[in-house]
Amino acid sequence: MLTKRIIACLDMDGGRVVKGVRFKNLRDAGDPAECAAAHARSGADEIVLLDITATSGNRHTLLEAVRGTARSLFVPFTVGGGIRQLDDAAAVFDAGADKIAINSAAVRDPALIGKIAGRFGSQAVVVAIDARKKEDGCFEVFVAGGRVPTGRDAIQWAREAAASGAGEILLTSMDRDGTQSGFDCGLVRAVAEAVSIPVIASGGAGSARDFIEVFHEGRADAALAASIFHFGIENIAELKHELRDAGVPVRWPC
Amino acid sequence: MIAIVDYGAGNLNSVKKAFDFLGADVVVTDRREIVENADKIVLPGVGHFSSLQTLSRTGLWDALLQAAFAGKPFLGICLGMQWLFEGSAECNDITGAGIFTGRCRQFPAAMKSPHVGWNSLAIQPGSRLLRGVAQESFVYYTHSFYAPVVEATAATSEYGLPFAGAVERGNIFGVQFHPEKSGDVGLAILKNFCEV
Repeated sequence: MLTKRIIACLDMDGGRVVKGVRFKNLRDAGDPAECAAAHARSGADEIVLLDITATSGNRHTLLEAVRGTARSLFVPFTVGGGIRQLDDAAAVFDAGADKIAINSAAVRDPALIGKIAGRFGSQAVVVAIDARKKEDGCFEVFVAGGRVPTGRDAIQWAREAAASGAGEILLTSMDRDGTQSGFDCGLVRAVAEAVSIPVIASGGAGSARDFIEVFHEGRADAALAASIFHFGIENIAELKHELRDAGVPVRWPC
Repeated sequence: MIAIVDYGAGNLNSVKKAFDFLGADVVVTDRREIVENADKIVLPGVGHFSSLQTLSRTGLWDALLQAAFAGKPFLGICLGMQWLFEGSAECNDITGAGIFTGRCRQFPAAMKSPHVGWNSLAIQPGSRLLRGVAQESFVYYTHSFYAPVVEATAATSEYGLPFAGAVERGNIFGVQFHPEKSGDVGLAILKNFCEV
C-alpha cells in the first residue's frame, strides 16, 4: 500500500540549518548533513533542503552542503532555493540532489519547469508554491521568499505547473508557516483535488493531530515540517506510530 | 567491475553513490566497450520510454542484450526494468528488449499519477535479489507506467492494481522502485546484486 510521506525540511542560510517563524527570527539548528542523517534515522521518508537566502554569492556554499548531505543519504533528497535556470538545476543534481524545488523562477518563466523536466524527468521537478489567504478567501501566490505578491491564484498556478511538467507540488501556507497551529487543510485540499500529481502540505505542523488532519481532510500525499523536528518537539518515529493508530498508512519500520 | 549505463535518461549520481557506499567497483559509462568488459551491468533511467531509443542509436542495445544472454548479472532500475519487457503504452513506436513477456501500461485514471512514494513489497519465495528482505518492506517508487505481473515477477506492489515491483529470471533482474533511494532495504537489495 502506498504510504503517506513525512518530509523533514532543512531551511539553510550560509551553510547552517535555521528556522524562523513566519519567515523571520531565524534560530540556528545545525549542520545540514548531520540534521538530514538524524532525520532519516528517525524515520523521515524524504529530506528537503531549502536555501532560504539563495543569493548568487553563496551558490558554492549551497552546493557544498548538498554534496555533504547527499553522500550518505539514501532516501529522496530535494534541494530548492535560488534555482533560476537549467544550469542551476544541473549543478544541484550534479552535487547529489534527486529533485529540485523551484518557486519564483517558475512563476517568472513557467517554461523552465518543462526544460528541467525534459532533461531530468518530471519526477525530479517539484514546484514550490507559497500562498497566503486573501480577504475574499482565495489564495494568492507570493514569490521571493514570501516577500512579493504576484496577484496569481494558487490553485490556478498549481494546475498550470502540473500541466507544464511538474512532478509534485510543495504547497506552503504562509499564514501558518512556523506557527505550529496546524496545516491549512482548506488550501491543501483545494490544490490536491485540482491536480493529479502529488501535493506536499507545508506550513503549520505542530502536533500529530495536525498531520492526521492534513492527510484525512486535506487529502495531502505528503506533509512537510521543519521546526518541530529540529528542536525535538515531535519525534518522527512517535509521529508515525500515532499516524498509524489513526489509520494513516505510513512507512514503518524504516 | 559494475557498469552503470548512461544513456541520457536522468541523473545517475544517486545510483553510483549507493554502489560506492557499498564499496563496489563501479563506473558510469556510455561506452560500448566498457559495457562489454564489465562483470555486471546496471541499466537505470527515469523519464520517457522513448529515451530508450538512445540505446539502439549508440549500439549499447546489442551490447546489453549480449551481456544479459551471456549470463552476466544484469539489473534494470525503473525505466531500465521496463526495457526488459516487450514495450510500453508510453511509446508504441519502439519495442523493449522482450526478455520478459508483457507490455507496460499506465495506471488507472482514478489513481493519481505518477505513483510517488514508499509502497510495500509482497515478495515471492526464492528471489536471489530480494534475499533477506522482509515481507512488506517499503521501497521508494516514482513512475507513471507499470509492468504487468508475470511468471518472472519476484515482488509485487499495489497501486489501484497489483504490478511488478521486481522481476527476476536467472541472471536478469529488474526493479521498478529505486533501491538507491529506499534506505536500508534498498541498500540490502543492491548488496545482494553485488554478491550474485
